[in-house]
Amino acid sequence: MTRVYISRDMASVALGADDVARAFEAAGCEVVRTGSRGLFSIEPLVEVENEGQRIGFGPVGPADVATVLDGSHKARLGNVADLPFFAGQQRFTFARCGIIDPLSLQDYAEHDGWRGLDAARAMPPQAVVDAVKASGLRGRGGAGFPTGVKWQTVLEAASDAKFIVCNADEGDSGTFADRMLMEGDPFCLIEGMAIAGHAVGAGHGYIYIRSEYPFAIAAMQEAIALSAARIAPFTLEVRVGAGAYVCGEETALLDSIEGKRGQVRAKPPLPALQGLFGQPTVINNVLSLAAVPFILAEGAEAYATIGFGRSRGTMPVQLAGNVKHGGLYEIGFGITLGELVNAIGGGTASGRPVRAVQVGGPLGAYFPPGMFDLPFDYEAFAQAGGLIGHAGITVFDDSVDMAHMARFAMEFCAVESCGKCTPCRIGSTRGVEVMDRIIAARDSAPAVPAERHWEGYLQKALHSRTPDRIDTGLEAQTTLLRDLCDTMKYGSLCALGGFTPYPVLSALDHFPEDFGAPAPIKEAAE
Amino acid sequence: MQQEDTVRLIEDWTKTHGRTRDRLLPLLHMLQEEIGFIDDAAIPAIAKNLNLSRADVHGVVTFYHDFRRAPAGRHVVKFCRAESCQARGAAAMEKAAAERLGVPMGETRPDGQVTLEPIYCLGLCAIGPNALVDGRPVARIDTAALERIAQEIAA
Repeated sequence: MTRVYISRDMASVALGADDVARAFEAAGCEVVRTGSRGLFSIEPLVEVENEGQRIGFGPVGPADVATVLDGSHKARLGNVADLPFFAGQQRFTFARCGIIDPLSLQDYAEHDGWRGLDAARAMPPQAVVDAVKASGLRGRGGAGFPTGVKWQTVLEAASDAKFIVCNADEGDSGTFADRMLMEGDPFCLIEGMAIAGHAVGAGHGYIYIRSEYPFAIAAMQEAIALSAARIAPFTLEVRVGAGAYVCGEETALLDSIEGKRGQVRAKPPLPALQGLFGQPTVINNVLSLAAVPFILAEGAEAYATIGFGRSRGTMPVQLAGNVKHGGLYEIGFGITLGELVNAIGGGTASGRPVRAVQVGGPLGAYFPPGMFDLPFDYEAFAQAGGLIGHAGITVFDDSVDMAHMARFAMEFCAVESCGKCTPCRIGSTRGVEVMDRIIAARDSAPAVPAERHWEGYLQKALHSRTPDRIDTGLEAQTTLLRDLCDTMKYGSLCALGGFTPYPVLSALDHFPEDFGAPAPIKEAAE
Repeated sequence: MQQEDTVRLIEDWTKTHGRTRDRLLPLLHMLQEEIGFIDDAAIPAIAKNLNLSRADVHGVVTFYHDFRRAPAGRHVVKFCRAESCQARGAAAMEKAAAERLGVPMGETRPDGQVTLEPIYCLGLCAIGPNALVDGRPVARIDTAALERIAQEIAA
């Protein structure tokens, strides 16, 4: 019987993989459902096994069974791993994703699974924490805090009950690495959490998954049941979110698990000392925890040799939006934004010029192609007025209206604000209003107002109770927008209100022409 | 479902799953799964079984976007409006969807056949515009795909 491999990943299914799988089953093939390889322009992808080799075909429809099986299908790709998109990657965390049956314990064990956990359990907890520290692994959720340092704090905290919490509330648009890993290699995350449990002395863990990821929830629940004996005495359970973006913020997430409104807590106390149910808690992103098995199995050195500056190891970069070859590209830090977008992503899907990319989700900055030489590195991005976040890159072509995107950033913050702090709750709503005035003023092309004093603008722009006295001119409203962003950035309790100014101000700074101001002088191309 | 059935559902569930506060979200998910929405009339029973105040339960129900306080239409279309889908023309498709399905975003059609809701990211960001149609993911939505969705909903 011919064996074929077809992805069960939510993205592949959205593109019709289930129908394709049924067609191959009807033709008498043995169909193995894997995770996704991570390149969506070739999905639904079918790999036919032939003498131990897999020959890929994609995209494939249900009517293509015969031509795929006799090898004459025009979308024959050969060995998928040899495609340029995959050959250039350094897959540490996603090594198994797309290759194995995600819910087969046998497959997992045969592909180096559990080696990290076995190595960790043969070591004292402090040695495990030291290995994670030595690897240089930093929080992959966005903040980039050293994972080993966090674990050290929890290890040293005295308590009978400690918890491992996995943040799988991947709400940022343009990111899907957590989802792909949970669907494509769930045992890897389970292994990472069991290692964390051993390292800090925690007996129970929670995986908080957003409700928008039904496939990941099902895969994780099944994988936990299958591997319970293997990770014992450590235990795990899945908690399902309920559509609140802010629950991706670690303290809001803890409150949500506790059964409360997902509101942000003030820090200190740090969750590492008083986290879930007031107990010391390791809370890490999916990708941080999933990187740990490799580090323990191959050694901290193997992980730390890859990277750039203080950003060590690999980052699963996600190419999204209007991009030709979108997908997951795991690579060592240091690759430039331009290489990712143009060389690997192939530019826009629409064929029009790239105008902007947003890195790091709804709270990340917009960058113009003029900044594409920026290396992928936490510090370099911070210096450029942005952030890596969860390493999602959303590509926009030249039809994008950046003032509209700035307005959307404010609108999103207003919808998702937890309401606890004023700059975020009120500021975002006021921000939408200011952006509406800027867009209206830009579109009506007003006369340039006479020179006035700066404070005067703010004063007049702020007269919200007497609308006829508001200066709705571009200059006054732009000044007000900057002032508002300043308040939100420095006055908000968490990253939602605090980082919403990144997309707003970066749009304003790099694309002033969309805000009715003169375009910046373009630097000469090389 | 009758009021007493809802109360029994809550009591039975808490008997097997526990009555601690952290059971609140799983309980609300279960109720929504079983009944389709969180009835205001169920809040006193939830509060009693988990030893919380009614105000506390109300606060949690209203905080999370997922929990409905009124029944949805027979079909639910959740249309993504996040940035990556916008970069692929989601705004225009959203407008077309509202027109073709005959219901504004965020509302249920008067005949109760369909609810159209916004969702912020399904994690299918390289193949947008995306939607969940009765829980099934649909990618690369264009006019033809929209027509198929509309047919499905009319049936």
